[in-house]
Amino acid sequence: MTPPATASARATPRLHASGISKRFPGVVALDGVGLSLAPGEVLAVIGENGAGKSTLMKIVAGVYQPDTGQVSLDGRLVHFVGPADAIAAGVSLIHQELNLAENLTVLDNLFLGREVTTAGPLRVLDRRAMAARGAELLARVGLVPARLHTRVEGLAPGEKQLVEIARALGTEVRVLIMDEPTSSLTQRETEKLYEVIDSLRAAGVSVLYISHRLAEVKRCADRVTVLRDGRNAGELAGPDITHDRMVRLMVGRDMTHYHPKVHRSGTGGAAALTLSQLRYRGGPETPVSLEVKAGEILGMAGLVGAGRTELAEAVFGVRDTVAGQVLVEGRPVSVRSPEDAIRAGVLLVPEDRRLHGLIVPESVGFNISLPNLDRLGSVFGVRRTAESSLHATWIDRLRVKTPSAEQPVGLLSGGNQQKVVYGKWLARDPRVLILDEPTRGVDVGAKAEIYSLIDELAGRGVAVWMITSDMEELLGMSDRVAVMHEGRLAGILTGGELTEEAVMRLATGASGP
Amino acid sequence: MTRVLGVAGILLALYVGLIGTYWQNSPASEPAEKSLERLGNNLIDVTSLQGRYGIITLGAALVIITGGIDLSIGSVVGCSAVLFGVLLESGVHPYAAVPLVVLFGAAVGLVNALLITRLKLQPFLVTLCGMFVYRGVARLMAGTVSYDASVSAHPEFAGALSQVRFLLVGKDASGAVVFPAQFVLLLVLAGVVGFFLHRTAYGRYWYAIGHNELAAKYAGVNVNRHRASAYVICSALASFAGVLLLLDSPDVRSQSGGLYLELYAILGAVLGGCSLRGGEGLAVGMVLGAMVLPVLENLVSLRGLGNDVIPAVIGLTLLLGTIVDELIRRRSRVHR
Repeated sequence: MTPPATASARATPRLHASGISKRFPGVVALDGVGLSLAPGEVLAVIGENGAGKSTLMKIVAGVYQPDTGQVSLDGRLVHFVGPADAIAAGVSLIHQELNLAENLTVLDNLFLGREVTTAGPLRVLDRRAMAARGAELLARVGLVPARLHTRVEGLAPGEKQLVEIARALGTEVRVLIMDEPTSSLTQRETEKLYEVIDSLRAAGVSVLYISHRLAEVKRCADRVTVLRDGRNAGELAGPDITHDRMVRLMVGRDMTHYHPKVHRSGTGGAAALTLSQLRYRGGPETPVSLEVKAGEILGMAGLVGAGRTELAEAVFGVRDTVAGQVLVEGRPVSVRSPEDAIRAGVLLVPEDRRLHGLIVPESVGFNISLPNLDRLGSVFGVRRTAESSLHATWIDRLRVKTPSAEQPVGLLSGGNQQKVVYGKWLARDPRVLILDEPTRGVDVGAKAEIYSLIDELAGRGVAVWMITSDMEELLGMSDRVAVMHEGRLAGILTGGELTEEAVMRLATGASGP
Repeated sequence: MTRVLGVAGILLALYVGLIGTYWQNSPASEPAEKSLERLGNNLIDVTSLQGRYGIITLGAALVIITGGIDLSIGSVVGCSAVLFGVLLESGVHPYAAVPLVVLFGAAVGLVNALLITRLKLQPFLVTLCGMFVYRGVARLMAGTVSYDASVSAHPEFAGALSQVRFLLVGKDASGAVVFPAQFVLLLVLAGVVGFFLHRTAYGRYWYAIGHNELAAKYAGVNVNRHRASAYVICSALASFAGVLLLLDSPDVRSQSGGLYLELYAILGAVLGGCSLRGGEGLAVGMVLGAMVLPVLENLVSLRGLGNDVIPAVIGLTLLLGTIVDELIRRRSRVHR
């Protein structure tokens, strides 16, 4: 039986949750939230960070138990005591940080914990049966069977995501929950994911979809439930799903100047950063030449693997350059380590803030101070008063929501963590700011704040080089866009040429804008 | 911080047990002053040992905070003690020999550090090899060295050597321990280490590197240099402990001098709150952590259990401490 794609709400819902409340020490995460999901429906759950989306998903998937409220699956009340319980009942959660064993093959991962074995107490693996079943599962998500024997660490992020979905499909999944599935995917991989979601929908699988990317929600959701501060803020369906209405429900107010261009002229000034015939170790043969002007935002687009992050890392001194020159304000600088780059006024907000950007277990203050200690003291100690005034300044100016500078930065929301990364650099008066995915995993409210901050910085004459895979962000914020394809600069787009189609054409290797 | 309070509590309990046992063991006929004097002497011995262990613990803890490990400490202690003895016997003035030995330690640390930071070898392997190498070097240099042999080889330095011994280990001319100088040295060194760790940029860098080396690098920290400094300090402190070992012992054999001390140092650091994952630890905790094992050993031998059970008791104590620590950590973990 294949139910219609948009089943009426009157039929027995596949999943129904009502009156769900959950409190953690000191926080009410959810306060009487409900949601309903029909068979074969794609429901997007959106809201700012801290709105309770992830908590709600974890309750549905059995990771947490609700304090009050009920969950029913196909009309029967269920009480999952753990994720294994939920998976057995057909509810699978795909985490934001993927949960695959990187050192095992795709096949091993597909059957991890429920391996097919021959009869008998030895539990000898039945590799042939698993391979056959595995190939079937991969086919459903559009991966070739050859991938079965690849180790997961060798896969692209998008493929990993698809493997996770295939694994869930192997459990006869009825409700698939995806938490920010596209946060690390390229445009093309995202398109692939949409197709897979469409085929799941057609097969009657219900999908709960959490995302910060509203364009994506618009593309693939049948219905949208908005959470705000742990409560239902509203619902949108069909043609009502528009960017503006979603944002309004999420933040509870109108967002004007979401992508502001208030402070900068848009044309930029003299070249602040010039890459001249630059090549780096492990990079492509073709050298890259590029110019970022003071006071402009240069967006950089490209598919994952196009070498954008690598190029930025070479300029920042993390990767060794083998040929060419880096010039800052026209003067050649020799950058052998991040120390050199920072001294020259070139700063990087890295793509993976938990790995490269922050010392997660340490405090907000510790992180803000870290690159600025040279200005805060000498061998005879860090000046405490100067330090705490530095903390207060940047926590206040960036509106970081934290109880104090002593709060471990890992306990803040994604958006506030990202603001701390900005804070530690802005204290140094950057000349060139390289932003690698500046708003990844950041909620709408904080995004808007970060955008206006970037605009303000450019207005003050900072050269901003913004690498992003978020098309909305790219088109909304950039003055010029450089597109990378397989390690080389495929083209630069400005003004009227700057359209999504033109960017994608260059990024996928088609010639000419 | 709870960790420091915990180890302070353990220490207090051990001291109470120690004094109680002492009282119990003293014969009823003995006058109270005599018992007190014996207790006092015993405590001075324990405190001296705590000082020496503490000094190597400081070094081990610094390395552990930066996310590394140093298994060569015990061999460096032994090798340095032998080197100190050999230098003295060959006529180097005691005042020059001490810094020379510490310099040797710093050089050892630099070699370890360069192998680890430049060649990107694993600290565990590099220092495991070092553990064998420096033990071997010690055995090549001499079989046994001693304070008395040094004095008789160069009687003209007897006065200076006696001064050094008084200053560093608190023994008077007759060889009796007057005050626990090694513990005083520990407090001074811990003060210095604590200052660097908690008050200067260096400390921040060490913690940052221990938690997340990559993020530290991206923040412009010269990761290699600061990791290297931890190894250099660690080995220099171990060498200094080697000097103390020779001055404090009747003799030092190159086969066994300083044997297993790396484990004592690591245990002390861990008991004092350093996480082997790196990035955690307070100077005060290191001192307290290093104080535990000597008291424990003393308590065991006073209760007449014999030296053979000491390793088992130490192992079980640490295991217990680790379990309690993990339970506390689990309860205080923040849900998110």
